[in-house]
Amino acid sequence: MHRILSNEVLAPDVHRLWVEAPHVIRKRRPGQFVIVRASEDGERIPLTIADVDPARGAIALVIQGVGKTTMFINELPAGGSLLDVVGPLGRPTRIEPGSRVCCVGGGIGTAVVYPIACGVKSLGGRVVSIVGGRTRDLVILEAEMRHVSEQCIVTTDDGSYGMKGLVTDALVELLDKGEVFDEVVAVGPLPMMRAVCDVTRSRNVPTIVSLNPVMVDGTGMCGGCRVQVGGEQKFVCVDGPEFDGHQVDFDGLAARLRAYREQEAAALVQFRRDHDLECEAMGTV
Amino acid sequence: MAKKIGQKTKTPMPCRDAVERSHSFDEVAQGYTAEMAIAEANRCIDCKNRPCIAGCPVEIDIPTFVAQVGAGDFEGAYRTLSSKNLLPAICGRVCPQEDQCEAECTLGVKFDAVGIGRLERFIADWAAEQGLEPVAEVAEPTGHKVAVIGSGPAGLTVAADLARLGHQVTVFEALHKAGGVLIYGIPEFRLPKSIVAREVHALERMGVEIKTNHVIGRTFTVDELFSELGYEAVFIGTGAGLPHFPKIPGLNLIGVYSANEYLTRSNLMKGYRFPESDTPMIRGRRVAVIGGGNTAMDAVRTAKRLGAEDAILIYRRSRVEMPARAEEVEHAEEEGIEFILLAAPTAILGDDRSRVRAIRCERMELGPPDASGRRSPVPIPGSEFDIEVEVVVFAVGQGANPLIRDTTPDLHVNKWGYVKADPQTGATEKRGVFAGGDIVTGGATVISAMGAGRRAARAIDKYLSTQSPDGFA
Repeated sequence: MHRILSNEVLAPDVHRLWVEAPHVIRKRRPGQFVIVRASEDGERIPLTIADVDPARGAIALVIQGVGKTTMFINELPAGGSLLDVVGPLGRPTRIEPGSRVCCVGGGIGTAVVYPIACGVKSLGGRVVSIVGGRTRDLVILEAEMRHVSEQCIVTTDDGSYGMKGLVTDALVELLDKGEVFDEVVAVGPLPMMRAVCDVTRSRNVPTIVSLNPVMVDGTGMCGGCRVQVGGEQKFVCVDGPEFDGHQVDFDGLAARLRAYREQEAAALVQFRRDHDLECEAMGTV
Repeated sequence: MAKKIGQKTKTPMPCRDAVERSHSFDEVAQGYTAEMAIAEANRCIDCKNRPCIAGCPVEIDIPTFVAQVGAGDFEGAYRTLSSKNLLPAICGRVCPQEDQCEAECTLGVKFDAVGIGRLERFIADWAAEQGLEPVAEVAEPTGHKVAVIGSGPAGLTVAADLARLGHQVTVFEALHKAGGVLIYGIPEFRLPKSIVAREVHALERMGVEIKTNHVIGRTFTVDELFSELGYEAVFIGTGAGLPHFPKIPGLNLIGVYSANEYLTRSNLMKGYRFPESDTPMIRGRRVAVIGGGNTAMDAVRTAKRLGAEDAILIYRRSRVEMPARAEEVEHAEEEGIEFILLAAPTAILGDDRSRVRAIRCERMELGPPDASGRRSPVPIPGSEFDIEVEVVVFAVGQGANPLIRDTTPDLHVNKWGYVKADPQTGATEKRGVFAGGDIVTGGATVISAMGAGRRAARAIDKYLSTQSPDGFA
């Protein structure tokens, strides 16, 4: 059992939970993730370790409530607990000391890019960050990103905050101004990562993306997280989660992410119905 | 003095009706009654050379145990059994006895061998019903600490044997439940999970500590088990654990699974109870499973139980070359599994939503024997045909998991990535590190992993008693 120390709302349906996991923080490095199971009969889901607090032996998980499991977890109160937290899993980010990196986070992806930006800075590197969201409310961790970046650009699709446009618009602007990066790290929805890779490919800027496919065990045993990278089959849990974005088969990955859409929708309807009934019952007590 | 031969055929195992069971995850084989067990045990002719013992990887005193069953002394039989085997309810169900103890049975030369496995299962279940504890006398604590990586059959055996000798054992398991392949791989209808839990619990009562959710290679490295946690010896029993897929188009379509994933979703995550449990599975109306081993049988019979109208097994050789146990193949046939033999997939075809719509196969014929001694399949040109399916499951073997290998630089592996270990002792070339089971041999059986575990436990005990623990400071 892993006690939840706090649960705060970062954006609509996006929560940050600090969870006790002393055995995970010992060896954890930027880029790694955990597999979480919230309850008996619960599914195992991979979540990036967004931050660590060694003093409390805790890790931060940033979770977007999109299905039954993530919504269930986001409703857990401080003082509650997660049943299983396994990790740290995956290969850590490869960070060249003293490098200049552009960290691009879209939506919840900012929570994945943030620890990488921290890692770059701690190794004497310099970070320029681009943090995007569809609208102002969906931009997360701006203060944290600013703290580790020499420059932080915020974009919103609707222009409600920061620069109006997509993260790629900001990236193109930077590159056109002559900014030079050793590497771009982009994490966010698949279309965003693909768009960033399209921008950097023609300009020959090495680009790393962090993938978040469906996983079960997270140790290489099931092969459910397989993705084609450079024509080779890779397992994201043991070979990733970060890959050369210019080599990733985003179409194949996108299809596999849709695998359980119908079942997930049905489970969510059921979850909401049960949840409403529960609230109703509690209201009448 | 050898007894006279009585009943020539093995007492049949009562099984649930094939049609009824093909829709349910309840255990298929029901087990002998006491009368059946006594009758079967009394078929043993008590031959003087007792070849069955040599056929048992864990060296159970089979003739004594069988005689005790025959005399109705079930408690005595349990003592004999559990003094050598701490997992009898599991072995009685999943051991390939026909290739081991029963293959050596003198009676079996002319007639059916004595049903040793069925008797083992009967006694183990009877003892559990009576609430008997295994005769696991635990020696005085030695003060030595041993880490076991993986809680599958090899790891559980090592842990049990070393705990009995008084060593302090911790088992590290990557998943959230102990048991390894016994939990995630072998389905409920063949090995009820409550039985695995019971046998794991027996170990805990002996003082074995089981730490789930610990991935060695990530949470701790092998070296850290020594240097930070103070273990004096480490046993690697992680299983093979990296599924193979053939190099054919369409592998990433929705509905393509490795058997590991398909079975893990169903067995460990209880996907067969979705949406009551949270882990979904794609339940095709028509499901094809590729392979001819026990895992393939488990997967195809699971597909049937998940509601497939047509659960099809595709195997590239013929029936006689199938590595699966005969009993499993028979059970599958009885349950209406369709077998397409001498055929191998060449592509998986998808629809416009990236979902599997068919599997393309080509016919094979058998050529000369290959390295395994089985006749090798050779494709027949121009023989391709399509089978409409919605789910494809590959049960075509596994490779070596890289997590420990990549984080333990001085651990030697062979060209396939399997850990090099002495077959007699499990000793690796790294000091204090032993290994056994599928991570050494590649995919094999539960009992062979248990045999490797037993041999390694003996070697680890010897190592601990002759080495000074200070050597690892």
